[in-house]
Amino acid sequence: MKRFLACLATLATAAPLTSLRMVTAAAQDTSQVREGVRIGVTYERGVRPGLVVLPGPGLDSVRAIVRRDLDYSDRFEMVEVGTPASTDGTAGPVNYGIYKSLGAAFAVELAQAPGGVIARLHDVAGSRVRNQQTFSLPAVTDAGFRLGAHRLSDEIARWAVGTAGIASTRLLFVSGGRIYRMDSDGFDLTPFTPAGQTSLSPAWSVDGGQFAYTQLGAGRGGVVVQNFETGATLPVPGTQSGLNITPAFSPDGKTLAYAHSDENGTDIFTANVADRCCAQRLTVGRYADNLSATFSPDGRRIAFVSTRAGPPQVYVMAADGTDQELLAPFDFGATGASNAPEWSPDGANVVFHREVSGSPQLFLVDVARRGLRQVTSAGRNEDATWAPDGRHIAFVSDRSGVRQLWVIDIETGRVRQLASPGAARLPSWSRRLSGPR
Amino acid sequence: MRASSLLILLATTAVAVGCGGKKPPEEPAPQPAPAPTAAPTPPPQDDTAERERLERERMQREAAERARAVSADLAAMINFEYDQAAVRAADEATLDRKAAILQANPNVRVTISGHADERGSDEYNLAIGNRRAGAAKRYLQNKGIDGARMDVVSYGEERPLNPGHDEAAYAQNRRDEFQVTAGGDNLVAPQ
Repeated sequence: MKRFLACLATLATAAPLTSLRMVTAAAQDTSQVREGVRIGVTYERGVRPGLVVLPGPGLDSVRAIVRRDLDYSDRFEMVEVGTPASTDGTAGPVNYGIYKSLGAAFAVELAQAPGGVIARLHDVAGSRVRNQQTFSLPAVTDAGFRLGAHRLSDEIARWAVGTAGIASTRLLFVSGGRIYRMDSDGFDLTPFTPAGQTSLSPAWSVDGGQFAYTQLGAGRGGVVVQNFETGATLPVPGTQSGLNITPAFSPDGKTLAYAHSDENGTDIFTANVADRCCAQRLTVGRYADNLSATFSPDGRRIAFVSTRAGPPQVYVMAADGTDQELLAPFDFGATGASNAPEWSPDGANVVFHREVSGSPQLFLVDVARRGLRQVTSAGRNEDATWAPDGRHIAFVSDRSGVRQLWVIDIETGRVRQLASPGAARLPSWSRRLSGPR
Repeated sequence: MRASSLLILLATTAVAVGCGGKKPPEEPAPQPAPAPTAAPTPPPQDDTAERERLERERMQREAAERARAVSADLAAMINFEYDQAAVRAADEATLDRKAAILQANPNVRVTISGHADERGSDEYNLAIGNRRAGAAKRYLQNKGIDGARMDVVSYGEERPLNPGHDEAAYAQNRRDEFQVTAGGDNLVAPQ
């Protein structure tokens, strides 16, 4: 195996990552764990192409965002270069030899253009420009600036490895009863629900222009859909009595699934949010709980949590409520509670958290084969949500002491913390956002 | 009037909680003025009025104390095992007492709120809180109380009674609370 590794390593540099994922090297979810303590989860690490964001005159804000975005894509080994000793205001020809010797397969050059930025992706080994495009970009002070820069990053990632990055996405989460939104890199934090009200369970609409959530008050709560731009809210049909939680949009955006609680337990319903009518009941709990619905990307199936066998576990059913069966295998009486499933964007896995020795940990269940894979081990880790690339997962962890949002790359095991105010919970990751702001 | 008796109820609840669920200590009742014994002549008019006033006050005080004790029994919380929503055998007597009070006071309505400790999923905790409140309601229904008199709500882990992060705090936080929402004035003690 070692010889195989060495052989691949020599081949590696510029090859697309996807073909190299089978290469093994130990990476572990042990960030923030004290030196010497190594628990559990081992990752396979691909050999990633080196990438350098070239220094240059001006565009410091864009360059900083793009550099961070490409780093957070976890598809590149970021090559660091210092600021050039002197800049005369013009970018000279790229010295491919230097960057090749630093291990870069790609060099990203950003230059000012009228109304925007010219981005060039250099193939360092081939000593040529591989891609080049002018992106219109609002002024740094404009609301659409950061999202525009993130889109540029995603396109550069697509040029380099064939798959767009996830920078032009945002996350919703709950802190102190309010729902906040922030960019995928943790910046541009904005509250969208008022203080002094308990809002829970935010869920993105498919187009990214709205979100659904529970307004909790006096032990009851309705689900509403709120428009980001106007702030207007609309109640979801069927959620105006009892307690209604865990909303989730169907992939076509027409249906909203939610869990309705009354004195007989909690059951999953769907409402037609396109026509604002017609709640339909999918489960019949009879004093058991059914909640946390999540649609498969083709919209034909729903994974969900049920207490039908005692402690909560993850099940799956057709989107009309038929063919209900267990999804994530468990040992009755031994396996801990399992909660908060979310179907991966590629449809292959469902992520959820399960109690292991009293601490929740993230697991993936392979939908086709029903195999389980544990992806976290440090601290308490829960309430996972997928990035649209199907390899990054945001989740809540207390590994730093308080419950905060973290992101793990399930390909490499790399973990990073997302900035957030105080304790944070119940994150929801958007698709790639196409709107102007 | 209703607001004031709700205040009394809340105050009583707070005292009951502060003393670990025990009833508040009985206040020593002030001694009524000694009644004159075997007065051969009719007492003066003003003396009768005074005795009647004191007697009235004593009865009012005793009635208020009885009502307070009944309120405390009605508001007494029950607790649950981790990840369980079944009424514990130890809490059946508490619920039986509530059933008797609700029988004796047919105009009383209560809201039962279920709560969870901070462990477990935030959203699942809302569901289990709901199930805990529903379990108490069903127990009382089985004792003959009309379900229409009892509302069920859940706060999940959003309103911990004890902000601690240990098992003692968790055990306190896994609970049902009972709040009188109507007919709470002049509660009658069950026979």
